[in-house]
Amino acid sequence: MTASGTKGTGERMKPRRSRLAGVLIGAAATALLVVALIPSGASASHVNAGLVAPEANAPVPSSIGKGEGKLNLIAWEGYVQPEWTKPFEKQTGCQVNVKYGTSSSDMVSLMANGGGHQYDLVSASGDADLRLIYGGDVRPVNLALIPAWKDLQPFLQSPSFNTIAGKHYGVSFEFGPNVLLYSTKTFKTAPTSWSVIYNKKYAGQITVPDDYIQIADAALYLSKTQPKLGITDPYELTTPQFNATVALLKAQHPLVKKYWDLASQEESLFQSGTTVVGAAWPVAVSTLIADKDAVAETIPKEGATGWADSWLLATNAPDPNCAYRWMEWMTTPQIQAEDAVSYGETPGNKLACPIMDKIQKGSCEGLHANAPASYFQSLYFWKTPLATCDNGKNDCEPIQNWVAAWTQIIG
Amino acid sequence: MSETAIREDRSSKGMARVSAALWRRGWLRATLTLTPPLAWFLVIYLASLVLMLVTAFWSVNPFTNVLQHSWTLANFNQLFTSPYPTIVLRTVEMAAIVTVTDAVIALPFAYYMARVASPRTRRLLFTAVLLPLWASYLARVYAWIVILQKGGTLSWSTSHLGLGAVNIGYTNTAMWIVFSYIWLPFMIVPLYGALERIPESLLEASGDLGAHAWRTLRLVVLPLVLPGIIAGSIFTFSLTLGDFITPLLVGGSNAQFIGNVIYNNLGTANNLPFAAMLAFVPIVIMVFYLLGARALGAFESL
Repeated sequence: MTASGTKGTGERMKPRRSRLAGVLIGAAATALLVVALIPSGASASHVNAGLVAPEANAPVPSSIGKGEGKLNLIAWEGYVQPEWTKPFEKQTGCQVNVKYGTSSSDMVSLMANGGGHQYDLVSASGDADLRLIYGGDVRPVNLALIPAWKDLQPFLQSPSFNTIAGKHYGVSFEFGPNVLLYSTKTFKTAPTSWSVIYNKKYAGQITVPDDYIQIADAALYLSKTQPKLGITDPYELTTPQFNATVALLKAQHPLVKKYWDLASQEESLFQSGTTVVGAAWPVAVSTLIADKDAVAETIPKEGATGWADSWLLATNAPDPNCAYRWMEWMTTPQIQAEDAVSYGETPGNKLACPIMDKIQKGSCEGLHANAPASYFQSLYFWKTPLATCDNGKNDCEPIQNWVAAWTQIIG
Repeated sequence: MSETAIREDRSSKGMARVSAALWRRGWLRATLTLTPPLAWFLVIYLASLVLMLVTAFWSVNPFTNVLQHSWTLANFNQLFTSPYPTIVLRTVEMAAIVTVTDAVIALPFAYYMARVASPRTRRLLFTAVLLPLWASYLARVYAWIVILQKGGTLSWSTSHLGLGAVNIGYTNTAMWIVFSYIWLPFMIVPLYGALERIPESLLEASGDLGAHAWRTLRLVVLPLVLPGIIAGSIFTFSLTLGDFITPLLVGGSNAQFIGNVIYNNLGTANNLPFAAMLAFVPIVIMVFYLLGARALGAFESL
């Protein structure tokens, strides 16, 4: 193109540019209009998340009334299977609609946005519970209306992640440990300590989940191996404790082959022999063992973190009666067993064990449903890291620092 | 029947009047034709981009994840703290390496397709280049995992050839290979177009004037296909810049890309404003890239 041609285009461009400016102004105006239309009232009641549960004194029903005919759930995928949802709908007349949450934070957002008028129950994991409770998104429930509540494992009846000052915000139902998965080719006997995943000897053959809550795993390990730090609860870390934990994880980074995001990734890492040791969910272990891969799981002497899910009742639940019916239904031994076997997790209801074996032989023991109390005591269930510690001081690292630290560790 | 004919006649007269009116008033015709696509462009395309920019100046309550509509530059400040500069640099570096790799592979391939191959072979090669695009992106990435992982096809082949096992699964090398493979068609097609347009006479003239093949390539072909290379590189560069699936599936423990941080901020942390801010990083990089491409004259033949 010649110089004069360029100039000519430049001159012709002028009016077009001003028209482009008009277009941009129009777009900006449209956007601002949309922004202005977004209701901002929803945020106001949630912003001030001090450490009082806003709904602590909300009234609880003394009986379950007539069903509303529908029920809207937020759940982990796999928790609302037709096998047990269809019979529930038939029996109660409550039509179940479900929105699958992709992560704990996603569930918190879903519950908080839109004023919470849309959903009745959420199958939240322990790391989301306190955020929901202190965010005012869930309200107390009367567990006397849930007959199976007294059959739950004792440690799940009033756990600190869903019960505050004697007020229950939901009912626990299923749980599972985060186990140490290892290759039986590399380890002739089960490793007895989590130290193997921080050991240079296995550099490039270690895999851990890509999740900020992994910091708690490291803190648990340090609580036993470096008692001087004084870690008593892996979810309540003071700044020095937190920094020591993050330093351990940063030192671990060069040893890690891959931070896995999907359980299936971890499965293929172990199937191919790329990794020989790592932190895992029971569902991956069952898949690998069913595939006859040379792996085994163990809970080392330091114990393990775990997750426990609860059905929490939304503050503005439009269908509270159907919600109570669902909590009732999901905690019965039969459904607990079906859910546990289908998902590969441990039922909260103690009576589910024999039914599990009927569904799939050996599944009760395989999924630890009949494990002794000492097993459950070695599990430290996920809970939201808060700035306030149980010691009453306000010197613990809150969740946002955990998330930020994790990005640094893996970045 | 005659009644129908009359009605048809009347309606066609009406149509004729409308069309005559439109013909007389050019501005009306233009307005009517352009309004729907323009409205679509404004509302769906530009407004959403502007909204994203606006969101980048907001924040979320870290505890309850509720969006706070108060203005802050915190997200932009955070971009300059560890580890984000490393992540941005890593992403740009990979995008650049993949682009160069694809250009080097695509040039001889496209040259053969455009100027040497018979029409039949050309059709076959074209199909071969485009065929992978018909298969799912995910399926192709997973196929590469099987090839590259420990004990996979590659390692098996090299060890049987006596070269020893090659374990490059879950590394940045693996990512480089997969990215280069996946975006290659986007480089070959524009390059082919550019090469096909070069008049044979120019190459003959170059030869007649005594230039060897290499010199002809360097001084005649390359300058003429530069717009094609740059058009292709815009694809390979921007596609790598925005991708998160390949790093997630193929990458190792140093595989955090801009796309992954965006994905984590949406999926895990649910920090929409921070994700929106990060989404502007590739846009800004691409603006500079395009300005650079323009300075090189890549758009002159458009």
